[in-house]
Amino acid sequence: MADESLTLRKLRAKFADGIIETHSDCGDDTAIIVPQALVAVCAFLKQDPELDYNFLMDLTAVDGLHLQLKQRFEVVYHFFSLSKKHRVRIKVRADAKNPEVDSIVALWSGADWYEREVWDMFGIKFRGHPNLKRILMYEEFQGHPLRKDYPIHKRQPLIGPGSKGDAGLPSPPVSR
Amino acid sequence: MFSSEGFLTSKLEKAVGWARKYSLFQYPFVTACCGMEYMAAASSHYDIDRFGAGFPRFSPRQADLLWVVGTINHKMAPVLKTVYDQMCDPKWVVAFGVCTCTGGFYDNYAAVQGIDTIIPVDIYIPGCPPRPETVLDGLMKLQEKIQKSRQEL
Repeated sequence: MADESLTLRKLRAKFADGIIETHSDCGDDTAIIVPQALVAVCAFLKQDPELDYNFLMDLTAVDGLHLQLKQRFEVVYHFFSLSKKHRVRIKVRADAKNPEVDSIVALWSGADWYEREVWDMFGIKFRGHPNLKRILMYEEFQGHPLRKDYPIHKRQPLIGPGSKGDAGLPSPPVSR
Repeated sequence: MFSSEGFLTSKLEKAVGWARKYSLFQYPFVTACCGMEYMAAASSHYDIDRFGAGFPRFSPRQADLLWVVGTINHKMAPVLKTVYDQMCDPKWVVAFGVCTCTGGFYDNYAAVQGIDTIIPVDIYIPGCPPRPETVLDGLMKLQEKIQKSRQEL
């Protein structure tokens, strides 16, 4: 594209094989890349002086269970450059069986808790993360609650009715 | 002097109830946005001190009224139970806001569907968040309840 932004142009030039597709809906530059290229692309975005993406604004995931996609999960990265004032969105796909992508904690240490949150909520593993454990839910929690196949009415209380120590009978509210 | 045995007991109970209802030492267990409304009710404009409940204690050992203010999730539930167990008798619990009453609109994997599944509750104050007037009304209802209940001496 002639009017493609600097970031996407540079990415295309450097990672011809690593990019699946790009688009710029309403000026939001987005690149969908192959998982193997993730760390190299991120390092390039951060270290290239013309791009200088020094700020990881967000890292999240999408569960496309009901979207009939070939690969179920998509991990989404939002980068911002404080010096150049430009943004880019990077997406990486992961399959349903063993969703796993590379960790970028070595590049942005702020990714640490984001990746733990994505692990906790979606069950996507991050290869090379220094401490990949749950961040929001308790360790006793089974499953990953933001997955589309997590039963909407499933509760896992630690104490009280429905918890492991409970007899399993429907109990009325405690009263004095 | 005392013609019937019941006379003295009844009066003592009434006096103790009166003393207890106007000397509530509250422990605010604040977890969410309702905390702002609690602060509004507790500070000078609405002045909860008028009802003898003006002195929040931040240790459950020194409190006899537990205000549960804001959403309680399953991760927090054992903590709330511990705080309740640490309070000395006689003690009372107020569920402040709809999240503590029923879970509110957080009908999901994280939120406790009403704190009365974990600890006994004396007064429910609904609202999202409840207005300070509602809070004070709830407090007066609690005082009424304390006055009318049997006093453990």
